[in-house]
Amino acid sequence: MELNFTLNNQAITVDVTDENHPLLMVLRDTLGLKGTKFGCGKAACGSCTLLIEGEAVRACSYPVKLAADKHITTIEGLGSPEDPHPVQQAWIEEIVPQCGYCQPGFMMATVALLNKIPNPTDADIDKAITNICRCGTYYRMRKAIHKAADLNQTPSEGSNL
Amino acid sequence: MAEKKKGEGKKVSRRKFLIRSGFGTLGVLAVGTYVFRNSIRRSLLSMANSMELAYMGDTSDPMIWFEITEENNVILYSPKVEMGQGTFTSLAQIAADELDVSFEQMRVEHAPTETGNIDGMSTGGSTSVSGLWQPLRELAATMREMIKLKGAARMGVEPSTVMIREGVLSSGQQTMTYADVAKSAGEWDIPKTPKLKDLKQYQYVGKPIPRIDLEDKVYGAPIFGMDAEMPDMLYGAVCRPELIGSKFINADTSAAEKMPGVVQIVREDDFVGVIAESMTAAENAKNSIQVNWEAAKDLQQEDLEALITVGNGKHTIIQKEGSALKDEDAFALEFRTPIGAHAQLEPNGVLAHVEADKATVILSTQVIGITRKEVAGRLNLKEEAVNVIPTYLGGGFGRRLHTPHAVQAAVMSKAVGRPVKYYFSRQEEFQHDMFRPPTHHIVKGKVGATGQLEGLEHHFVSGDVANNSALMPKVLPGIIGADIGAVRGGIIQYTNIPNHRAVYWHVALPFATSWWRSLGLLANTFAIESTVDELALRSDRNVVEFRLEALSDNAISRRLKAVIQAVAKKAGYTEEILNGRAMGLAASIDAGTPCAQVAEVSIEEGEIKVHKVTVAMDPGFAVNPDQVRAQCEGCVIMGMSASMFEQMKVVDGSLQPIIYGPYRMALMKHAPKEIDIVLLQGTDKPGAVGEPPLGPIAAAISNAVRRLTGKRLTRIPLNLAEV
Repeated sequence: MELNFTLNNQAITVDVTDENHPLLMVLRDTLGLKGTKFGCGKAACGSCTLLIEGEAVRACSYPVKLAADKHITTIEGLGSPEDPHPVQQAWIEEIVPQCGYCQPGFMMATVALLNKIPNPTDADIDKAITNICRCGTYYRMRKAIHKAADLNQTPSEGSNL
Repeated sequence: MAEKKKGEGKKVSRRKFLIRSGFGTLGVLAVGTYVFRNSIRRSLLSMANSMELAYMGDTSDPMIWFEITEENNVILYSPKVEMGQGTFTSLAQIAADELDVSFEQMRVEHAPTETGNIDGMSTGGSTSVSGLWQPLRELAATMREMIKLKGAARMGVEPSTVMIREGVLSSGQQTMTYADVAKSAGEWDIPKTPKLKDLKQYQYVGKPIPRIDLEDKVYGAPIFGMDAEMPDMLYGAVCRPELIGSKFINADTSAAEKMPGVVQIVREDDFVGVIAESMTAAENAKNSIQVNWEAAKDLQQEDLEALITVGNGKHTIIQKEGSALKDEDAFALEFRTPIGAHAQLEPNGVLAHVEADKATVILSTQVIGITRKEVAGRLNLKEEAVNVIPTYLGGGFGRRLHTPHAVQAAVMSKAVGRPVKYYFSRQEEFQHDMFRPPTHHIVKGKVGATGQLEGLEHHFVSGDVANNSALMPKVLPGIIGADIGAVRGGIIQYTNIPNHRAVYWHVALPFATSWWRSLGLLANTFAIESTVDELALRSDRNVVEFRLEALSDNAISRRLKAVIQAVAKKAGYTEEILNGRAMGLAASIDAGTPCAQVAEVSIEEGEIKVHKVTVAMDPGFAVNPDQVRAQCEGCVIMGMSASMFEQMKVVDGSLQPIIYGPYRMALMKHAPKEIDIVLLQGTDKPGAVGEPPLGPIAAAISNAVRRLTGKRLTRIPLNLAEV
């Protein structure tokens, strides 16, 4: 069956053989967007976190049919070296990643958090950010999340996601 | 297009480079001393405790390490893999400084084995930067000299008149870029290695340069093994048993054969695999295969703990000074640590393409040479016919020192005649990990009338770490008598104590255990440093002085003293409980790097809460101080996770749990809000960084809990309900 959705601001039509196929696999294997990662397949680690209508969703456990007619944003659509999203800018300034595998999921979860709470407290961060990082970059991530909140609020910057 | 210079008729000449490998040295020594007595064994083992399993490969030829591009950038082909530890960045800093190019001109890529730059050892043991420090500087300096000589000849000037800046040669009015020289040169001489620069002359080395892979990792570039693709690729899956010790009897694949998307079923003597059009189809088909496994018996956790008990199996005295403590004189504590999973986020996976007489294998691996050898062996190909293309690792931690899945993917690709990509499900990751072995420890100590330690003994048992690993020569355990991985951190570092000894017991487990970041260090330091702390408390001694006076007056002990003093000062160590928070201190040496930590802890809603960790570490010269700090932060958090939350258990013959969540790990909310780091520089050479900070954390937390509750916790994961 054919499904339509908006992916990183582009209208997309995909032909899926199984409408219950996880969105993650369609993005990675059919559409070739590898930035969203497979970690556990059970929505337990958050490596596959992306945005659907601005909300954080774990795409490994999200049947592709539910994405129909929705706006999806992945790490590839967040920003670029020429035009970084404030969250990516903060991640760079704090030199957060180590192995890097879980980082797109964390950045997407952070964007969703800042959409809801523009200036989160440590307690807000603890509650909202529940992904797993094995390298233990949480310490720098927390700093980067606060920094991203600051960058978001400077007039010249701003997220439209 | 890159200008490849490899294989352009290099003339072999006047090579200064040597294969620098602590392991090679050990191998020679070990064989030579085979017939000698136990004291030699012990000195070998103490060497093993600090030894460098550095690099075994070709450091004779700059041509296989560097490539100059049209844009006048330099690609460094690294035989060491980047798994988060920051090695690529440090190597680029080193190369840039000796090549006289800017850091921005440096690129680092994993060396595919076809380049010939193959590490016969592994990426592991916290040795990549320390092991390549000397050879890489020599290679880069030689490369610079080679280009300079060739450029001078082209320009028709004396080499001594040539100045170099950011990869551009100039002499008088003439200039040539490295790329110009590379393009013009036909035959190269490898010149004598020029004198290396002084540390003070380095522009990048020693500076906190941002990671070279930062942008790729922040913008989601497809850099991991899991992201690899080839045209016409299929997906594979392999049947695995859920019970420990299962033997394959037979399998009914008839249902799987008829399932949608299934292309082929592969039956081998040692595995059954499915090849399908998508990963989901392959997984579904695999799950429909009825495999008849014969499992030995239903093992339980109690059986495992009974097995892992000091006194079982064979023992080796790995350290012995003075006399043994009599039980009636000694204070003793027992400790247990659990089976630990690697739980790296990127599952083990591989993309293999086998053609008539060659194979290409793309994967995250810490053992590039061994992966190639195993694939070639199974396919009956020459090793040179297999090109292993290493990728960035989504976490290593020792998990990727075993890659039998590369062999399985290659076999499946050969069977179907197309590229096959195959990766583990998370359940397979948890149940078929090469775990950190469970351990049991008895630590005995005696404090004399003057309040000083008179005796300290560490008796411990562990499953395999280094033994039975493809990395280790099969003869090594027989020679050394103990597992060089399990004993890491297991010897008594307080050698000024008149009577001290360490005794290692080996037990064979019914499931595989192996390398896990820092090896035995985490468990051994937990046991020893908890006991030292308890003895200090019971003797009413200051925990810093109590340790310092037990340390000898040699180089490594002096460096350990310095980090203990530094951490106490920086943390403002006190025995007082302030605002419900207590401090705990612990220290260890791993791979020649001393590290001490103070954890600031409270009990909140019945749970241990770590607020702040202060780290003092002396890794020698820090090539990139920011990444040394990042490794300290990461080790503190990974070590906290392992010591407070994580454990695999044997339940009815299977290893459980099988998913994150039930396998508890530290999350954002558990990570300390403050990590304060002091770096000392006790030597002018780079030392180990990626594992040593994992040593003290469990004991530091537990020692703080002791002050808050009066209770000495003796099990990992730390549990306040422990009786």
